[in-house]
Amino acid sequence: MWLKFEARTEPSLLMRYLSPVLAVFLMLICGLVLFSVLGKNPMEGFKVFFLNPVKDTYGMAELLLKATPLMLCAVGLSVGFRANIWNIGAEGQLLIGALAGGWVALHFEHSTSPLLLPAMILAGALGGMLWAAIPAFLRTRFNANEILTSLMLVYIAQLVVSWLVHGPWKDPDGFNFPQTKQFQVHAMLPLLKAGTRLNAAFLVGIGGLVVGWVFMNRSFLGYQMKVAGQAENASRYAGFSAKRTVWFGMLAGGCMAGIAGLAEVAGPIGQLTEHISPGYGFAAMIVAFLGRLNPIGIFFSSLLMALLYLGGEQAQQYLNLPSSISNVFQGMLLFFLLGSDVFVYFRPRFARRNK
Amino acid sequence: MDQSLFTSILFATVVAGTPLIITALGELVTEKSGVLNLGPEGMMSVGAVAAFAVTHHTGNPWLGILAGMVAGMLMSLLFAFMALTLMANQVASGLALSIFGVGLSAFIGKSYESVALPSIVPMRIPLLADIPYIGPALFQQQALVYFSWILIGLVAWFLYKSKVGLILRAVGESPVSAHEIGHPVILIRYLATLFGGAMAGVGGAFLSVFYTPMWVEGMVAGRGWISLALVVFATWRPMRVMIGAYLFGGAMITQMFVQGSGLKLSIPAQFLSSLPYVATIVVLVLISRNLKTIRLNSPASLGQPFLPDA
Repeated sequence: MWLKFEARTEPSLLMRYLSPVLAVFLMLICGLVLFSVLGKNPMEGFKVFFLNPVKDTYGMAELLLKATPLMLCAVGLSVGFRANIWNIGAEGQLLIGALAGGWVALHFEHSTSPLLLPAMILAGALGGMLWAAIPAFLRTRFNANEILTSLMLVYIAQLVVSWLVHGPWKDPDGFNFPQTKQFQVHAMLPLLKAGTRLNAAFLVGIGGLVVGWVFMNRSFLGYQMKVAGQAENASRYAGFSAKRTVWFGMLAGGCMAGIAGLAEVAGPIGQLTEHISPGYGFAAMIVAFLGRLNPIGIFFSSLLMALLYLGGEQAQQYLNLPSSISNVFQGMLLFFLLGSDVFVYFRPRFARRNK
Repeated sequence: MDQSLFTSILFATVVAGTPLIITALGELVTEKSGVLNLGPEGMMSVGAVAAFAVTHHTGNPWLGILAGMVAGMLMSLLFAFMALTLMANQVASGLALSIFGVGLSAFIGKSYESVALPSIVPMRIPLLADIPYIGPALFQQQALVYFSWILIGLVAWFLYKSKVGLILRAVGESPVSAHEIGHPVILIRYLATLFGGAMAGVGGAFLSVFYTPMWVEGMVAGRGWISLALVVFATWRPMRVMIGAYLFGGAMITQMFVQGSGLKLSIPAQFLSSLPYVATIVVLVLISRNLKTIRLNSPASLGQPFLPDA
């Protein structure tokens, strides 16, 4: 007997939505195996990793807090991914957004204006867009592959952050730590629930999902980009501009990632440091794929991915495992998802091997 | 410029370029078969940590290199299964491999972070090493440096002079035709992908066992991605990989020499550290702007899945 895949005449809609569920299930099984290989009781590991983080209100608030930058980045990225624009530099765009928004906060350190926060968010969005505009320009003008250029810009952004917090922007009264001054109270996103760290950025995140949904499903440009991704020739024949697709796909990702970066520094962090993001920009790619490049799906997958981050922290604390176990789970999840997707386009068949 | 400075710059450039050459040549062979594997960063990371761990436990760096190679191959096997058997999107699968590999290496490497390996005595080539200026820089190197040179010749010979190499290129140019005249497209792509993984593993091993020699999370620091750019820079020609690799190698060591030279430059260290990444972007732009060069040289089926009997 030999397993063969037969192409379906059209992609299976059912499998399209079942495949993420299958992927999560496979990841959980592998997680249990991983815990036992590491000499931990798998049930205990499961409990610490997946249940402990959300057992109380504070935990739930942390989950939503962590999910916010993920859903923002992911919804922006999925606009590009739908059109086959591979912006993998959201992490860098997030950092530059944080810098731009942070600059506004530091520059107007005595402002009490209610416009300060909106200005910071705007600056964050612009910063992210600026960083995303570089690969967009290089791709449309010089045909340079956006995958590599956007990724290289992540490293450059990290070095820019490092330079600023070690040098010109360092807090003079900060005992030489590489960080800026704390943002003043008017430059901080208001908390949604006292006693937790959940702030208004979560509402911005939900807003981002709604805007993304409307754009993708109700706008002509969103439709053009979908066509460009699924049938390039048809798109060219219809006269849709390929350059505009690239520009818009990149800028949407940069804008959302920039806002996500600002939300981190004007939220849980409260200043600029070298450690603004634990790889949200990369994890957001997994969130986008797992959510099927669809804002509703992204909402749920960002919660799951946030849980993986929190689980990693718990595993470090209670199981004495490195917190990078989160990344292992995230990577596994993406693999299982891509693997499960074979059933969307192909039908498995057991057949006798002929010839 | 005095002799010792020239020699040490050349020496350091060659060392910095070596993992790039090895990894990029592996990726080049993979891409020539029509498979775009964006996972070198992940494969190098896992190769680096595996090599480090095995060298640490056995005390034998060659076993370490072997472990790195095997680890890289296992990683690429995962990719090959996704992209070739399950026909998943190659770009997404490659990204997954990189994300997974970097995470996995950080996870495995945590317990090795404070461990140092003994440095390994380089292999001196008699006579050649006595040439003034260049001798000590080029012929008093680690064995893997010589391996990287041999590899260039081997890959060039394999691709352009051997029969299997011809078939591999045919598979990359037109899998349908290659399949029709009876060549096993998927098998060849599997093998090419595994070779890419093996070489990325060795490239990573060179970093952790010879270059640093220690394990730090994120130590591959984009070299896998730079290797990908190198293949484009080299327009898929093995010889040109070497030129590009030393160019990037030079960009990587600038910081070290500017700081060591005592020159009072008011350039922040971060600016110099960003040079290799900036150089990668510049080089990509210069090469890619000529659409014809890219179209003529890149394997025609690069990144396209192939379904036999379809």
